[in-house]
Amino acid sequence: MNASVTLNRLAERFPGSIIDTHSHRGDDTAVVKREDIRAICAFLREDEGLLYNFMMDLTAVDYLGQEPRFEVVYHLYSLKYNRRVRIKVRVPESDCFIDSVVPVWPCANWFEREVFDLYGVSFNDHPEMRRILLYEGFEGHPLRKDYPIKKRQPLIGPIN
Amino acid sequence: MEKGGIGMGLENIQYGASQELTQNPPDSEDPERLLGGSVVLTRLESVVNWARKYSFFLYPFITACCGMEFMSVAGPRYDLDRFGAALPRFSPRQADLMMVVGTISHKQAPILVKVYNQMTEPKWVFAFGVCAVSGGFYDNYATVQGIDTLIPVDVYVPGCPPRPEMVIDGFLKLQQKVAKERWSDWPRGASPVTPANMC
Repeated sequence: MNASVTLNRLAERFPGSIIDTHSHRGDDTAVVKREDIRAICAFLREDEGLLYNFMMDLTAVDYLGQEPRFEVVYHLYSLKYNRRVRIKVRVPESDCFIDSVVPVWPCANWFEREVFDLYGVSFNDHPEMRRILLYEGFEGHPLRKDYPIKKRQPLIGPIN
Repeated sequence: MEKGGIGMGLENIQYGASQELTQNPPDSEDPERLLGGSVVLTRLESVVNWARKYSFFLYPFITACCGMEFMSVAGPRYDLDRFGAALPRFSPRQADLMMVVGTISHKQAPILVKVYNQMTEPKWVFAFGVCAVSGGFYDNYATVQGIDTLIPVDVYVPGCPPRPEMVIDGFLKLQQKVAKERWSDWPRGASPVTPANMC
């Protein structure tokens, strides 16, 4: 199947940043380089032919045993053109960070804090990079695949 | 009703004092008979416990789906009012029975302890539903594995959610427990878990 408008525009503008693309029945995915994520997001938002003004979701996946281990996933939507695109960025465990996209979409703030809280991927230039769901002092990141299933946090009381 | 308590005594009150006096002359040794059935003798402890067990003021600490079942048991069909536990007080200062209804997460734990410590003694805790009892099937990083790791619990009612009959049974058991309490059981003091070592 032919690549979509979005993927073509991306490939024109960032020829060296696209690692992989996938397009099936209108479901577009681009895997991009970590260094360029903010520039790519700003382009997707601002370009007159794309206008991805709605960041619907930002999450992460832990592929334990693979390298790079993590994948941060952005789901974008263009209200004007009624198009969706999925952007993926691979993040290695050894230097587990990525540029924040809060300057592009302010709503990414809490999503990125959630990813940091549960996966331990931290975001450069985030205005408030701290836990959002779990409490301060929680040890570990519980949605990592190697988080022990029976682990008990020591902070809730002496009996536990 | 328990033997020797005032509830039993009330059933034995004999009315019709004049008739009673003619049948039992005043030289009888039994002071209750002597006074013609107009007084009941008992221990103060029993009277106070009797009053307490029929006038629970609930603090509904409701966090999850068990809350619907709590509404059911508190509503007119099952009618917790029959046991004197009619009025939920939404201030812990006015309540003496804490109903912990639902899942308690680690983030909720300091709040639960704080509310418990704000209640005045004597106070009791009712663990309503399996999540409050043991964490239930939420055996994970987010959930407290039973509220008895935080505060002392008087009655455990498991179930997901418990039937209203189970809750009423738990209530009756709590009433039996309260009826047997001694002055020396109170005060129990603050929860052994303080917010300082929780967060």
